[in-house]
Amino acid sequence: MKDGPQDYPKYVGAAVIWLALLSMPFWINRVGGYTQLGTEVLVMALAATALNFLLGFTGVLSFGHAAYFGLGVYGAGLTIKYLLPSTLAGMAVGVLTAVVAAAIIGLLIVHLRGIYFAMVTIAFGQVFYFIAFRWNNVTGGDDGLSNWSRQPIDFGFARLDILHSPVTFYYFVLFFFAVAVAIMAALLRSPFGRTLLAIRENERRTRFLGVPVDRHIWLSWLISCTFVGLAGTLYALLNNFADPHTLYWEQSGVFVIMAVLGGMRSFWGPLIGAAIYVVLQDYVSTMTQNWMSFIGLFFVLVVLFFPRGVLGIIRRKVVP
Amino acid sequence: MSLLQVEHVSKHFGSLIAVNDVSMTVEAGQLRAVIGPNGAGKTTFFNLISGFLRPSSGRIIFDGEDVTALLPARRVWRGIARTFQVTEVFPELSVRQNLRIPVEVASGYRLRPWLSRSADAKVAAHVAELLEMGGLADKADRLVGELSHGDQRATEIVMALALNPRLLLLDEPTAGMGDQETYAITQLIRRLHKDGKLTIVLIEHDMRVVFHLADRITVLDQGSFLAEGTPQEIAANEAVQTAYLGQAA
Repeated sequence: MKDGPQDYPKYVGAAVIWLALLSMPFWINRVGGYTQLGTEVLVMALAATALNFLLGFTGVLSFGHAAYFGLGVYGAGLTIKYLLPSTLAGMAVGVLTAVVAAAIIGLLIVHLRGIYFAMVTIAFGQVFYFIAFRWNNVTGGDDGLSNWSRQPIDFGFARLDILHSPVTFYYFVLFFFAVAVAIMAALLRSPFGRTLLAIRENERRTRFLGVPVDRHIWLSWLISCTFVGLAGTLYALLNNFADPHTLYWEQSGVFVIMAVLGGMRSFWGPLIGAAIYVVLQDYVSTMTQNWMSFIGLFFVLVVLFFPRGVLGIIRRKVVP
Repeated sequence: MSLLQVEHVSKHFGSLIAVNDVSMTVEAGQLRAVIGPNGAGKTTFFNLISGFLRPSSGRIIFDGEDVTALLPARRVWRGIARTFQVTEVFPELSVRQNLRIPVEVASGYRLRPWLSRSADAKVAAHVAELLEMGGLADKADRLVGELSHGDQRATEIVMALALNPRLLLLDEPTAGMGDQETYAITQLIRRLHKDGKLTIVLIEHDMRVVFHLADRITVLDQGSFLAEGTPQEIAANEAVQTAYLGQAA
Protein backbone atom coordinates (compact mmCIF):
# COMPACT_ATOMS: atom_id res chain seq x y z
CA MET A 1 0.00 0.00 0.00
CA LYS A 2 1.20 3.51 -0.74
CA ASP A 3 2.49 5.65 2.07
CA GLY A 4 1.27 9.16 2.52
CA PRO A 5 2.51 12.14 4.50
CA GLN A 6 0.87 10.64 7.58
CA ASP A 7 3.61 8.00 7.55
CA TYR A 8 6.55 10.43 7.67
CA PRO A 9 6.84 10.51 11.48
CA LYS A 10 7.13 6.73 11.34
CA TYR A 11 10.09 6.96 8.98
CA VAL A 12 11.78 9.60 11.10
CA GLY A 13 11.26 7.42 14.17
CA ALA A 14 12.73 4.38 12.43
CA ALA A 15 15.71 6.39 11.18
CA VAL A 16 16.44 7.66 14.69
CA ILE A 17 16.25 4.13 16.10
CA TRP A 18 18.57 2.66 13.46
CA LEU A 19 21.08 5.49 13.89
CA ALA A 20 21.06 5.00 17.64
CA LEU A 21 21.58 1.24 17.28
CA LEU A 22 24.33 1.57 14.66
CA SER A 23 26.27 4.08 16.73
CA MET A 24 25.65 2.47 20.14
CA PRO A 25 29.22 1.24 20.77
CA PHE A 26 30.48 4.80 20.28
CA TRP A 27 28.38 6.45 22.94
CA ILE A 28 27.22 3.81 25.37
CA ASN A 29 30.36 4.03 27.52
CA ARG A 30 29.97 7.79 27.84
CA VAL A 31 26.47 7.47 29.30
CA GLY A 32 27.65 4.99 31.91
CA GLY A 33 26.84 1.79 30.09
CA TYR A 34 28.98 -0.84 28.41
CA THR A 35 28.86 -2.65 25.09
CA GLN A 36 27.55 -5.94 26.47
CA LEU A 37 24.62 -4.08 27.98
CA GLY A 38 23.81 -2.72 24.54
CA THR A 39 24.02 -6.22 23.12
CA GLU A 40 21.67 -7.52 25.78
CA VAL A 41 19.18 -4.78 24.91
CA LEU A 42 19.30 -5.92 21.28
CA VAL A 43 18.80 -9.58 22.15
CA MET A 44 15.89 -8.89 24.48
CA ALA A 45 14.42 -6.43 21.99
CA LEU A 46 14.48 -9.12 19.33
CA ALA A 47 12.69 -11.56 21.64
CA ALA A 48 10.11 -8.98 22.69
CA THR A 49 9.51 -7.84 19.11
CA ALA A 50 9.03 -11.46 18.07
CA LEU A 51 6.60 -12.05 20.93
CA ASN A 52 4.77 -8.91 19.91
CA PHE A 53 4.32 -10.20 16.37
CA LEU A 54 1.90 -12.63 18.01
CA LEU A 55 0.65 -10.49 20.89
CA GLY A 56 0.36 -7.02 19.38
CA PHE A 57 -0.31 -7.83 15.75
CA THR A 58 -2.29 -11.07 15.91
CA GLY A 59 -3.93 -10.49 19.28
CA VAL A 60 -2.82 -13.79 20.81
CA LEU A 61 -1.22 -13.81 24.26
CA SER A 62 1.48 -16.39 24.93
CA PHE A 63 2.98 -16.85 28.37
CA GLY A 64 5.26 -19.60 27.18
CA HIS A 65 7.71 -17.95 24.82
CA ALA A 66 10.56 -18.62 27.23
CA ALA A 67 10.38 -22.24 26.08
CA TYR A 68 11.46 -21.34 22.55
CA PHE A 69 13.92 -18.76 23.79
CA GLY A 70 15.44 -21.37 26.09
CA LEU A 71 15.47 -24.03 23.38
CA GLY A 72 17.53 -21.57 21.33
CA VAL A 73 19.81 -21.04 24.32
CA TYR A 74 20.36 -24.74 24.98
CA GLY A 75 20.39 -25.72 21.31
CA ALA A 76 23.27 -23.33 20.71
CA GLY A 77 25.11 -24.14 23.95
CA LEU A 78 24.87 -27.93 23.72
CA THR A 79 25.87 -27.93 20.05
CA ILE A 80 28.94 -25.80 20.60
CA LYS A 81 29.96 -27.66 23.73
CA TYR A 82 29.41 -31.26 22.63
CA LEU A 83 28.97 -31.44 18.86
CA LEU A 84 30.74 -28.79 16.88
CA PRO A 85 32.62 -25.74 18.12
CA SER A 86 30.99 -23.45 15.57
CA THR A 87 28.94 -20.39 16.39
CA LEU A 88 26.78 -20.57 13.28
CA ALA A 89 26.14 -24.31 13.66
CA GLY A 90 25.05 -23.68 17.24
CA MET A 91 22.68 -20.96 16.11
CA ALA A 92 21.24 -23.13 13.34
CA VAL A 93 20.56 -26.01 15.72
CA GLY A 94 19.12 -23.69 18.34
CA VAL A 95 16.70 -22.03 15.95
CA LEU A 96 15.72 -25.33 14.34
CA THR A 97 14.98 -26.90 17.74
CA ALA A 98 12.75 -23.97 18.65
CA VAL A 99 10.97 -24.12 15.28
CA VAL A 100 10.26 -27.85 15.46
CA ALA A 101 8.99 -27.64 19.03
CA ALA A 102 6.83 -24.61 18.23
CA ALA A 103 5.40 -26.23 15.11
CA ILE A 104 4.30 -29.35 16.98
CA ILE A 105 3.06 -27.62 20.13
CA GLY A 106 1.37 -24.99 17.98
CA LEU A 107 -0.71 -27.64 16.23
CA LEU A 108 -1.99 -28.83 19.60
CA ILE A 109 -2.98 -25.43 20.95
CA VAL A 110 -4.00 -23.03 18.15
CA HIS A 111 -7.66 -23.81 18.55
CA LEU A 112 -7.57 -22.42 22.10
CA ARG A 113 -8.25 -18.77 22.85
CA GLY A 114 -7.48 -16.18 25.48
CA ILE A 115 -6.61 -17.36 28.96
CA TYR A 116 -6.78 -21.05 27.94
CA PHE A 117 -4.18 -20.50 25.25
CA ALA A 118 -1.95 -18.57 27.65
CA MET A 119 -2.22 -21.27 30.35
CA VAL A 120 -1.37 -24.09 27.97
CA THR A 121 1.65 -22.21 26.62
CA ILE A 122 2.93 -21.94 30.20
CA ALA A 123 2.36 -25.65 30.79
CA PHE A 124 4.28 -26.70 27.69
CA GLY A 125 7.03 -24.23 28.51
CA GLN A 126 7.53 -25.69 31.98
CA VAL A 127 8.09 -29.14 30.49
CA PHE A 128 11.28 -27.91 28.83
CA TYR A 129 12.36 -26.13 31.98
CA PHE A 130 12.13 -29.30 34.03
CA ILE A 131 14.03 -31.29 31.42
CA ALA A 132 16.89 -28.78 31.51
CA PHE A 133 16.69 -28.63 35.31
CA ARG A 134 16.75 -32.38 35.93
CA TRP A 135 18.99 -33.70 33.19
CA ASN A 136 22.09 -32.84 35.16
CA ASN A 137 24.87 -34.63 33.33
CA VAL A 138 23.95 -33.11 29.95
CA THR A 139 22.48 -29.70 30.71
CA GLY A 140 24.29 -28.97 33.94
CA GLY A 141 20.94 -28.81 35.74
CA ASP A 142 20.42 -25.86 38.03
CA ASP A 143 24.02 -24.74 37.57
CA GLY A 144 23.49 -24.24 33.86
CA LEU A 145 25.68 -25.15 30.95
CA SER A 146 29.12 -23.58 31.17
CA ASN A 147 32.68 -24.21 29.98
CA TRP A 148 31.97 -23.37 26.39
CA SER A 149 32.11 -20.14 24.46
CA ARG A 150 31.14 -18.58 21.18
CA GLN A 151 33.73 -19.08 18.48
CA PRO A 152 35.33 -16.63 16.08
CA ILE A 153 33.83 -16.97 12.62
CA ASP A 154 36.21 -17.69 9.76
CA PHE A 155 35.06 -16.73 6.28
CA GLY A 156 38.34 -17.82 4.67
CA PHE A 157 39.14 -14.33 3.44
CA ALA A 158 38.29 -12.68 6.72
CA ARG A 159 37.90 -13.56 10.35
CA LEU A 160 35.21 -12.17 12.61
CA ASP A 161 36.51 -12.26 16.15
CA ILE A 162 33.24 -12.10 17.98
CA LEU A 163 34.78 -13.86 20.98
CA HIS A 164 37.33 -11.30 22.08
CA SER A 165 35.86 -8.09 20.70
CA PRO A 166 32.56 -7.10 22.35
CA VAL A 167 32.05 -4.45 19.68
CA THR A 168 32.37 -6.98 16.86
CA PHE A 169 29.93 -9.23 18.67
CA TYR A 170 27.53 -6.29 19.07
CA TYR A 171 27.47 -5.75 15.31
CA PHE A 172 27.14 -9.48 14.76
CA VAL A 173 23.99 -9.43 16.90
CA LEU A 174 22.78 -6.22 15.29
CA PHE A 175 23.02 -7.90 11.89
CA PHE A 176 20.69 -10.73 12.95
CA PHE A 177 18.43 -8.30 14.76
CA ALA A 178 18.13 -6.18 11.62
CA VAL A 179 17.38 -9.12 9.34
CA ALA A 180 14.78 -10.58 11.72
CA VAL A 181 13.09 -7.26 12.33
CA ALA A 182 13.05 -6.42 8.62
CA ILE A 183 11.37 -9.74 7.84
CA MET A 184 8.74 -9.22 10.52
CA ALA A 185 8.06 -5.65 9.41
CA ALA A 186 7.72 -6.71 5.78
CA LEU A 187 5.35 -9.53 6.75
CA LEU A 188 3.16 -7.13 8.68
CA ARG A 189 2.79 -4.94 5.60
CA SER A 190 1.87 -7.90 3.39
CA PRO A 191 -1.52 -9.46 2.65
CA PHE A 192 -0.66 -12.21 5.12
CA GLY A 193 0.16 -9.63 7.79
CA ARG A 194 -3.13 -7.89 7.19
CA THR A 195 -5.02 -11.12 7.85
CA LEU A 196 -3.25 -11.21 11.24
CA LEU A 197 -4.37 -7.66 12.03
CA ALA A 198 -7.85 -8.71 10.96
CA ILE A 199 -7.78 -11.63 13.41
CA ARG A 200 -6.68 -9.27 16.17
CA GLU A 201 -9.44 -6.80 15.35
CA ASN A 202 -12.33 -9.21 14.88
CA GLU A 203 -11.85 -12.93 14.66
CA ARG A 204 -15.43 -13.71 13.72
CA ARG A 205 -15.43 -11.22 10.87
CA THR A 206 -12.12 -12.60 9.62
CA ARG A 207 -13.43 -16.16 9.62
CA PHE A 208 -16.40 -15.04 7.55
CA LEU A 209 -14.13 -13.32 5.06
CA GLY A 210 -12.79 -16.76 4.19
CA VAL A 211 -9.65 -16.83 6.33
CA PRO A 212 -8.94 -20.16 8.07
CA VAL A 213 -8.16 -18.37 11.31
CA ASP A 214 -6.49 -21.23 13.20
CA ARG A 215 -4.02 -21.86 10.40
CA HIS A 216 -3.06 -18.20 10.24
CA ILE A 217 -2.60 -18.05 14.01
CA TRP A 218 -0.40 -21.15 13.79
CA LEU A 219 1.79 -19.45 11.19
CA SER A 220 2.02 -16.28 13.24
CA TRP A 221 2.94 -18.35 16.31
CA LEU A 222 5.60 -20.20 14.33
CA ILE A 223 7.16 -17.00 12.97
CA SER A 224 7.10 -15.49 16.45
CA CYS A 225 8.71 -18.53 18.07
CA THR A 226 11.33 -18.78 15.33
CA PHE A 227 12.66 -15.31 16.06
CA VAL A 228 12.37 -15.82 19.80
CA GLY A 229 14.49 -18.94 19.29
CA LEU A 230 17.01 -16.87 17.31
CA ALA A 231 17.12 -14.38 20.16
CA GLY A 232 17.76 -17.30 22.52
CA THR A 233 20.79 -18.47 20.57
CA LEU A 234 22.22 -14.95 20.61
CA TYR A 235 21.58 -14.73 24.35
CA ALA A 236 23.54 -17.94 24.91
CA LEU A 237 26.40 -16.60 22.81
CA LEU A 238 26.36 -13.31 24.68
CA ASN A 239 26.82 -14.99 28.05
CA ASN A 240 28.79 -18.06 26.92
CA PHE A 241 26.41 -19.82 29.24
CA ALA A 242 23.01 -21.54 29.19
CA ASP A 243 20.87 -20.74 32.19
CA PRO A 244 17.81 -22.92 33.00
CA HIS A 245 15.98 -19.78 34.05
CA THR A 246 15.82 -18.70 30.42
CA LEU A 247 13.31 -21.56 30.07
CA TYR A 248 11.33 -20.65 33.18
CA TRP A 249 7.91 -19.11 32.73
CA GLU A 250 8.99 -15.96 34.53
CA GLN A 251 11.14 -15.24 31.49
CA SER A 252 7.99 -15.42 29.32
CA GLY A 253 6.43 -12.85 31.60
CA VAL A 254 9.45 -10.61 31.16
CA PHE A 255 8.95 -10.63 27.37
CA VAL A 256 5.30 -9.73 27.82
CA ILE A 257 6.23 -6.93 30.24
CA MET A 258 8.73 -5.53 27.74
CA ALA A 259 6.17 -5.52 24.93
CA VAL A 260 3.43 -3.94 27.03
CA LEU A 261 5.81 -1.46 28.65
CA GLY A 262 7.06 -0.15 25.32
CA GLY A 263 3.71 -0.32 23.58
CA MET A 264 2.41 -3.46 21.95
CA ARG A 265 0.48 -1.69 19.23
CA SER A 266 3.63 -0.13 17.82
CA PHE A 267 6.27 -2.08 15.98
CA TRP A 268 9.18 -0.47 17.89
CA GLY A 269 7.43 -0.50 21.25
CA PRO A 270 9.00 -3.79 22.42
CA LEU A 271 12.48 -2.43 21.60
CA ILE A 272 11.84 0.58 23.82
CA GLY A 273 10.36 -1.68 26.50
CA ALA A 274 13.33 -4.02 26.37
CA ALA A 275 15.77 -1.12 26.59
CA ILE A 276 14.01 0.31 29.62
CA TYR A 277 13.77 -3.09 31.30
CA VAL A 278 17.37 -4.15 30.71
CA VAL A 279 18.87 -0.79 31.64
CA LEU A 280 16.70 -0.40 34.75
CA GLN A 281 17.61 -3.92 35.79
CA ASP A 282 21.30 -3.18 35.32
CA TYR A 283 21.32 0.10 37.24
CA VAL A 284 18.82 -0.58 39.98
CA SER A 285 20.12 -4.06 40.76
CA THR A 286 23.50 -2.57 41.75
CA MET A 287 21.66 -0.53 44.40
CA THR A 288 19.07 -2.93 45.73
CA GLN A 289 18.16 -6.59 45.53
CA ASN A 290 14.54 -5.57 45.15
CA TRP A 291 15.05 -4.09 41.69
CA MET A 292 12.08 -6.06 40.42
CA SER A 293 9.70 -4.06 42.60
CA PHE A 294 10.88 -0.85 40.93
CA ILE A 295 10.29 -2.30 37.50
CA GLY A 296 6.93 -3.60 38.72
CA LEU A 297 5.95 -0.15 39.98
CA PHE A 298 7.02 1.44 36.71
CA PHE A 299 5.08 -1.20 34.79
CA VAL A 300 1.92 -0.64 36.82
CA LEU A 301 2.13 3.12 36.29
CA VAL A 302 2.55 2.74 32.55
CA VAL A 303 -0.29 0.26 32.22
CA LEU A 304 -2.62 2.40 34.36
CA PHE A 305 -1.90 5.75 32.78
CA PHE A 306 -0.49 4.97 29.35
CA PRO A 307 -2.13 1.78 28.15
CA ARG A 308 -0.44 2.15 24.78
CA GLY A 309 3.00 1.99 26.37
CA VAL A 310 5.91 4.38 26.40
CA LEU A 311 5.95 4.70 22.63
CA GLY A 312 2.23 5.44 22.73
CA ILE A 313 2.98 8.56 24.81
CA ILE A 314 5.57 9.79 22.34
CA ARG A 315 3.38 9.05 19.36
CA ARG A 316 0.48 10.98 20.82
CA LYS A 317 2.72 14.01 21.20
CA VAL A 318 4.05 13.80 17.64
CA VAL A 319 0.91 12.76 15.80
CA PRO A 320 -2.10 14.63 17.14
CA MET B 1 -30.94 -25.58 -10.73
CA SER B 2 -31.57 -23.63 -7.55
CA LEU B 3 -28.60 -21.85 -6.06
CA LEU B 4 -29.49 -22.62 -2.46
CA GLN B 5 -31.57 -25.49 -1.13
CA VAL B 6 -32.15 -25.73 2.57
CA GLU B 7 -33.69 -29.11 3.32
CA HIS B 8 -35.51 -29.78 6.58
CA VAL B 9 -32.95 -28.17 8.85
CA SER B 10 -33.41 -28.11 12.61
CA LYS B 11 -31.28 -26.67 15.39
CA HIS B 12 -31.65 -27.64 19.03
CA PHE B 13 -29.93 -25.94 21.94
CA GLY B 14 -30.50 -28.47 24.69
CA SER B 15 -34.26 -28.75 24.96
CA LEU B 16 -34.87 -25.49 23.10
CA ILE B 17 -35.77 -25.94 19.46
CA ALA B 18 -34.60 -22.75 17.74
CA VAL B 19 -35.23 -23.91 14.19
CA ASN B 20 -37.65 -26.75 13.54
CA ASP B 21 -37.65 -28.57 10.20
CA VAL B 22 -37.43 -25.53 7.90
CA SER B 23 -36.91 -25.82 4.14
CA MET B 24 -36.27 -23.05 1.65
CA THR B 25 -35.22 -22.95 -1.98
CA VAL B 26 -33.66 -19.83 -3.46
CA GLU B 27 -33.21 -19.45 -7.22
CA ALA B 28 -30.20 -17.67 -8.66
CA GLY B 29 -30.86 -13.95 -9.03
CA GLN B 30 -33.64 -13.93 -6.46
CA LEU B 31 -33.94 -11.58 -3.52
CA ARG B 32 -35.48 -13.47 -0.67
CA ALA B 33 -36.57 -11.90 2.58
CA VAL B 34 -36.88 -13.98 5.74
CA ILE B 35 -39.28 -12.39 8.20
CA GLY B 36 -41.02 -13.33 11.41
CA PRO B 37 -41.78 -12.03 14.89
CA ASN B 38 -38.99 -11.78 17.47
CA GLY B 39 -37.72 -15.18 18.48
CA ALA B 40 -38.85 -16.78 15.23
CA GLY B 41 -35.40 -18.28 14.72
CA LYS B 42 -34.42 -16.12 11.75
CA THR B 43 -30.86 -15.41 12.87
CA THR B 44 -30.28 -19.04 13.90
CA PHE B 45 -31.55 -20.07 10.47
CA PHE B 46 -29.04 -17.67 8.91
CA ASN B 47 -26.24 -19.02 11.07
CA LEU B 48 -26.99 -22.50 9.78
CA ILE B 49 -26.74 -21.36 6.16
CA SER B 50 -23.49 -19.43 6.68
CA GLY B 51 -21.85 -22.16 8.75
CA PHE B 52 -21.68 -20.22 12.02
CA LEU B 53 -23.69 -23.10 13.50
CA ARG B 54 -23.99 -26.73 12.45
CA PRO B 55 -27.61 -27.95 12.05
CA SER B 56 -28.81 -30.72 14.38
CA SER B 57 -30.43 -32.33 11.35
CA GLY B 58 -31.19 -31.56 7.72
CA ARG B 59 -29.03 -30.59 4.74
CA ILE B 60 -27.85 -27.42 3.05
CA ILE B 61 -27.10 -27.64 -0.67
CA PHE B 62 -25.29 -24.78 -2.37
CA ASP B 63 -25.02 -24.86 -6.14
CA GLY B 64 -25.55 -28.61 -6.16
CA GLU B 65 -22.98 -29.34 -3.45
CA ASP B 66 -23.76 -30.46 0.08
CA VAL B 67 -22.11 -27.82 2.30
CA THR B 68 -23.76 -28.86 5.58
CA ALA B 69 -20.47 -29.94 7.18
CA LEU B 70 -18.21 -27.22 5.73
CA LEU B 71 -16.50 -24.67 7.96
CA PRO B 72 -17.36 -20.98 7.46
CA ALA B 73 -14.15 -20.13 5.58
CA ARG B 74 -14.80 -22.92 3.09
CA ARG B 75 -18.35 -21.74 2.50
CA VAL B 76 -16.95 -18.28 1.78
CA TRP B 77 -14.58 -19.80 -0.78
CA ARG B 78 -17.60 -21.38 -2.49
CA GLY B 79 -19.34 -18.03 -2.68
CA ILE B 80 -21.46 -17.53 0.45
CA ALA B 81 -20.82 -14.18 2.16
CA ARG B 82 -22.67 -12.68 5.08
CA THR B 83 -23.09 -9.67 7.31
CA PHE B 84 -24.13 -9.75 10.94
CA GLN B 85 -27.00 -8.31 12.92
CA VAL B 86 -24.54 -6.43 15.11
CA THR B 87 -21.99 -4.84 12.78
CA GLU B 88 -18.80 -6.88 12.53
CA VAL B 89 -15.96 -4.83 11.05
CA PHE B 90 -12.34 -4.01 11.95
CA PRO B 91 -12.92 -0.84 13.99
CA GLU B 92 -9.28 0.17 14.44
CA LEU B 93 -8.38 -0.15 10.77
CA SER B 94 -9.21 2.35 8.03
CA VAL B 95 -12.12 1.78 5.67
CA ARG B 96 -9.60 1.16 2.92
CA GLN B 97 -7.89 -1.58 4.93
CA ASN B 98 -11.23 -3.09 5.91
CA LEU B 99 -11.92 -3.56 2.21
CA ARG B 100 -8.39 -4.47 1.20
CA ILE B 101 -8.35 -7.54 3.45
CA PRO B 102 -11.35 -9.30 1.83
CA VAL B 103 -10.21 -8.26 -1.65
CA GLU B 104 -6.81 -9.84 -1.05
CA VAL B 105 -8.34 -12.96 0.47
CA ALA B 106 -10.73 -13.34 -2.46
CA SER B 107 -7.81 -12.88 -4.88
CA GLY B 108 -6.05 -15.83 -3.26
CA TYR B 109 -3.35 -13.63 -1.71
CA ARG B 110 -4.07 -14.37 1.95
CA LEU B 111 -0.74 -16.15 2.53
CA ARG B 112 1.38 -13.90 0.34
CA PRO B 113 4.32 -12.31 2.19
CA TRP B 114 4.53 -9.64 -0.53
CA LEU B 115 2.61 -8.37 -3.54
CA SER B 116 3.91 -7.45 -6.95
CA ARG B 117 3.31 -3.91 -8.11
CA SER B 118 0.71 -4.99 -10.64
CA ALA B 119 -1.15 -7.18 -8.15
CA ASP B 120 -1.09 -4.34 -5.64
CA ALA B 121 -2.47 -1.92 -8.23
CA LYS B 122 -5.24 -4.37 -9.13
CA VAL B 123 -6.20 -4.75 -5.47
CA ALA B 124 -6.17 -0.97 -4.99
CA ALA B 125 -8.40 -0.48 -8.04
CA HIS B 126 -10.91 -3.03 -6.79
CA VAL B 127 -10.91 -1.37 -3.37
CA ALA B 128 -11.55 2.02 -4.98
CA GLU B 129 -14.48 0.54 -6.88
CA LEU B 130 -15.96 -0.87 -3.67
CA LEU B 131 -15.47 2.43 -1.84
CA GLU B 132 -17.42 4.15 -4.60
CA MET B 133 -20.16 1.53 -4.47
CA GLY B 134 -20.64 1.93 -0.74
CA GLY B 135 -20.52 5.74 -0.93
CA LEU B 136 -17.41 5.65 1.27
CA ALA B 137 -14.82 7.16 -1.08
CA ASP B 138 -14.47 10.39 0.92
CA LYS B 139 -14.03 8.45 4.19
CA ALA B 140 -11.57 5.87 2.88
CA ASP B 141 -8.73 6.74 5.26
CA ARG B 142 -10.80 7.16 8.41
CA LEU B 143 -10.96 4.44 11.01
CA VAL B 144 -14.16 2.47 10.67
CA GLY B 145 -14.77 2.76 14.41
CA GLU B 146 -15.12 6.53 13.97
CA LEU B 147 -17.79 6.35 11.28
CA SER B 148 -21.54 6.70 11.74
CA HIS B 149 -23.58 3.56 12.29
CA GLY B 150 -24.92 3.75 8.74
CA ASP B 151 -21.46 4.02 7.20
CA GLN B 152 -20.24 1.10 9.31
CA ARG B 153 -23.12 -1.01 7.99
CA ALA B 154 -22.29 0.07 4.45
CA THR B 155 -18.64 -0.87 5.05
CA GLU B 156 -19.70 -4.30 6.23
CA ILE B 157 -21.87 -4.87 3.17
CA VAL B 158 -19.17 -3.87 0.70
CA MET B 159 -16.68 -6.03 2.64
CA ALA B 160 -18.94 -8.98 1.89
CA LEU B 161 -19.16 -7.87 -1.75
CA ALA B 162 -15.38 -7.75 -1.92
CA LEU B 163 -15.48 -11.54 -1.70
CA ASN B 164 -17.30 -11.75 -5.07
CA PRO B 165 -20.08 -13.80 -3.50
CA ARG B 166 -22.70 -15.70 -5.44
CA LEU B 167 -25.00 -15.60 -2.44
CA LEU B 168 -25.14 -12.66 -0.08
CA LEU B 169 -26.72 -13.09 3.35
CA LEU B 170 -27.71 -9.85 5.08
CA ASP B 171 -28.83 -10.04 8.71
CA GLU B 172 -31.03 -6.99 9.34
CA PRO B 173 -29.07 -4.58 7.17
CA THR B 174 -31.07 -1.55 8.31
CA ALA B 175 -31.21 -2.34 12.04
CA GLY B 176 -30.82 0.75 14.19
CA MET B 177 -30.76 3.17 11.27
CA GLY B 178 -32.54 6.46 10.67
CA ASP B 179 -34.79 6.97 7.64
CA GLN B 180 -32.08 8.57 5.56
CA GLU B 181 -29.58 5.77 6.20
CA THR B 182 -32.24 3.10 5.70
CA TYR B 183 -33.05 4.60 2.33
CA ALA B 184 -29.40 4.66 1.26
CA ILE B 185 -28.80 1.03 2.25
CA THR B 186 -32.04 -0.06 0.61
CA GLN B 187 -30.97 1.59 -2.63
CA LEU B 188 -27.58 -0.09 -2.41
CA ILE B 189 -29.15 -3.53 -1.95
CA ARG B 190 -31.58 -2.85 -4.77
CA ARG B 191 -28.74 -1.93 -7.12
CA LEU B 192 -26.80 -5.08 -6.20
CA HIS B 193 -29.85 -7.17 -6.90
CA LYS B 194 -31.15 -5.46 -10.06
CA ASP B 195 -27.90 -4.35 -11.71
CA GLY B 196 -25.48 -6.82 -10.20
CA LYS B 197 -27.86 -9.79 -10.58
CA LEU B 198 -26.74 -10.91 -7.15
CA THR B 199 -28.68 -13.53 -5.23
CA ILE B 200 -29.53 -12.12 -1.82
CA VAL B 201 -31.22 -13.51 1.27
CA LEU B 202 -31.97 -10.98 3.97
CA ILE B 203 -33.58 -10.85 7.36
CA GLU B 204 -35.42 -7.61 7.94
CA HIS B 205 -37.79 -6.09 10.45
CA ASP B 206 -38.68 -2.97 8.51
CA MET B 207 -41.65 -4.05 6.38
CA ARG B 208 -41.32 -1.07 4.02
CA VAL B 209 -37.84 -2.33 3.15
CA VAL B 210 -39.03 -5.92 2.78
CA PHE B 211 -41.90 -5.09 0.47
CA HIS B 212 -39.79 -2.68 -1.52
CA LEU B 213 -37.00 -5.18 -2.18
CA ALA B 214 -38.10 -8.80 -1.99
CA ASP B 215 -39.10 -11.06 -4.86
CA ARG B 216 -40.27 -13.71 -2.45
CA ILE B 217 -40.73 -13.84 1.29
CA THR B 218 -40.33 -16.71 3.74
CA VAL B 219 -42.08 -16.34 7.09
CA LEU B 220 -40.88 -18.14 10.21
CA ASP B 221 -42.72 -18.27 13.50
CA GLN B 222 -41.43 -19.84 16.73
CA GLY B 223 -38.72 -21.70 14.84
CA SER B 224 -41.07 -23.23 12.29
CA PHE B 225 -41.97 -22.50 8.70
CA LEU B 226 -45.18 -20.49 8.49
CA ALA B 227 -45.57 -19.31 4.90
CA GLU B 228 -43.82 -18.50 1.67
CA GLY B 229 -44.88 -16.45 -1.32
CA THR B 230 -44.69 -13.19 -3.22
CA PRO B 231 -45.01 -9.99 -1.19
CA GLN B 232 -48.67 -9.72 -2.27
CA GLU B 233 -49.44 -13.26 -1.15
CA ILE B 234 -47.73 -12.77 2.18
CA ALA B 235 -49.52 -9.47 2.80
CA ALA B 236 -52.83 -11.24 2.26
CA ASN B 237 -51.94 -14.35 4.30
CA GLU B 238 -54.10 -14.71 7.39
CA ALA B 239 -51.75 -16.97 9.31
CA VAL B 240 -48.99 -14.38 8.91
CA GLN B 241 -51.24 -11.59 10.12
CA THR B 242 -52.22 -13.60 13.16
CA ALA B 243 -48.61 -14.39 13.98
CA TYR B 244 -47.66 -10.72 13.89
CA LEU B 245 -50.80 -9.32 15.46
CA GLY B 246 -50.96 -12.05 18.07
CA GLN B 247 -47.52 -11.03 19.22
CA ALA B 248 -47.39 -7.27 18.87
CA ALA B 249 -50.90 -6.03 18.12
